Amino acid sequence: MKEGFRQAMAWLHTWAGLIFGWLLFAIFLTGTMSYFKPEITRWSQPEVPVRALDLPLALSKAQDYLQRNAADAPSWFIEPPNERTPGITVGWRGGDGPRGFTRKTLDAETGEEIVTRQTRGGDFFYRFHFQLEMPYPWGRWLATFAALMMLVGLVTGIITHKKIFKEFFTFRPGKGQRSWLDGHNAIGVLALPFHLMISYSSLVIFMYMVMPAPILASYDNEQGYFNEVFGGRDSVKASGEKVALQPLPELYRQVLAQAPDARIIWLDVQRPGDRNAQVLFIPDGHERVAVQRGAGWRFNGADGSLAWSARPETLAGTISGGFYGLHMASFAGPLLRWLYFFFGLAGTAVIGTGLVMWLGKRQLKHAKSGTQPFELRLVEVLNIASMSGLILGVAGFFWANRLLPVALEGRAQWEVNAFFAVWLASLVHAVLRPGRRAWGEQLALAALSWAALPLLNALTTGQGLNRSIAAGDWAMAGFDLTALGCGLLFAWTASKMLRQPVQAPKRAPKPAKAAPQPTREAEAS
Amino acid sequence: MKSKAAGLPLSYRLAVTSRCLAALLGGYVLAAMVGVLLSQWLPLSRAEAVQIGMMSSFLFYLGAFIWAFATHSAWRAWLGILLPSLALAAINGLTYWMSKA
Repeated sequence: MKEGFRQAMAWLHTWAGLIFGWLLFAIFLTGTMSYFKPEITRWSQPEVPVRALDLPLALSKAQDYLQRNAADAPSWFIEPPNERTPGITVGWRGGDGPRGFTRKTLDAETGEEIVTRQTRGGDFFYRFHFQLEMPYPWGRWLATFAALMMLVGLVTGIITHKKIFKEFFTFRPGKGQRSWLDGHNAIGVLALPFHLMISYSSLVIFMYMVMPAPILASYDNEQGYFNEVFGGRDSVKASGEKVALQPLPELYRQVLAQAPDARIIWLDVQRPGDRNAQVLFIPDGHERVAVQRGAGWRFNGADGSLAWSARPETLAGTISGGFYGLHMASFAGPLLRWLYFFFGLAGTAVIGTGLVMWLGKRQLKHAKSGTQPFELRLVEVLNIASMSGLILGVAGFFWANRLLPVALEGRAQWEVNAFFAVWLASLVHAVLRPGRRAWGEQLALAALSWAALPLLNALTTGQGLNRSIAAGDWAMAGFDLTALGCGLLFAWTASKMLRQPVQAPKRAPKPAKAAPQPTREAEAS
Repeated sequence: MKSKAAGLPLSYRLAVTSRCLAALLGGYVLAAMVGVLLSQWLPLSRAEAVQIGMMSSFLFYLGAFIWAFATHSAWRAWLGILLPSLALAAINGLTYWMSKA
């Protein structure tokens, strides 16, 4: 660290990247998948039929169902259908569900309960992305700290990579380490604004949790801050006097009268059937980037009058809501969503290429002796398990989703178990097999298991590509086509790995022009 | 320098560990103190100042990481982070005490 600023930053880039790279790879990959969370859930629950969207109808069906099955519950919630989610989800406090909470999926047209396979679907990857399946709050803390290290990696990377624009157009394929470095730099720089935004916004999303000091210096407790910023949600007390709840489609019409563009994603009904009942409509906020938490319309359920509507906005609230919205991309339409997906993959690839380079550069020094020290072997095994192993684990989740019996007890958890079991198996495999073979074999298996997902879907549900494309069911078809595309990509990388490595051509003696070369070696470490 | 990792002297390793701790722990304290300072002194409503304070604090955490590894010695890494933290803590403590009094 004594050589100078740029070398010190290269050192920090290298080691922060190595230590957090494995974790960040998993966070980025599952986060990228989460941009299609509803579509993944849709694929995971093929029993839910797609209906023509009719929100007032869906709301009245949901209200009927809840009135019949949960009239005495202290609160209800309703997730109405939309373009990306075909069914209605209803839930209420009480009943036989886990943690005293019951959820049901209803047909959006008939309002009948649908018996779907138990699955966490896209929500599993979404939760893993920031909770890492660890107990609260440790997973969130670790994921947020990883985001800070990503930010450190990006900034030190920019400092290290001084010829950022000149070398942006440089790609030297088929040259081993040099090609990896060019690729790492090009993907890193190309999507740099995205990488910076996504890392910093992760910190903003959890700032109240990881940086509570400013809150505690100004408020008695965190709840005071939340009440002031987002508006308090005092629990509604029951009066004991029975008054029928206003029809929800009627209240929805009032919302549309105020905001014709509003798309309601969540309804919260407190004390249904009581004189004090309150109904809260929460919009998806698609019409703008900045997410306004606490936005919505609240009605008195007994007479249908508006009790409360969105709070006035503040500049700071808009800035933090802007980072929140940029991260979540709830404003993005299909095209922008795909762009987010590819930028997310670019972030994943930057981390992956960095890990590969760290190892490749050090392995070169031991290439002649044919043996490598323990620490290099350890990094190699972890690289393989954290990248191709994770890809296999995700495939394992989807295979389990289609193959586990629908009536299996604790089925949703078994899908998660399959994910971790396959991931663990790939770690064992990576320990047992030599590095390049392990890569090749795991990627070949990944190619097979991903490319076969559309076929598996067609055989087990009868909703294969032939059906879904013809029916215009683009969530189902898009998942299958993406899986197929991933399979082809993995097949290509597997074939590269399984072939004998091409020896990088010995560099010819440099002409005078190449004199500054040695400094690049230092910055590339 | 990493390729020769096995042959590095103990003093070097301790210095690196010390810098890591300076960045990790010292950096957090510095970030929190800057956050509190901004939340108390910005001429905005209380909620807004707190939000800006929290959002800005991470940039100082980032800066502390860079400082801890860029400066000449591990001692300077600690000094450069702890001295401003102490100064800010004194101002924050005084402000807090005066606002409560």
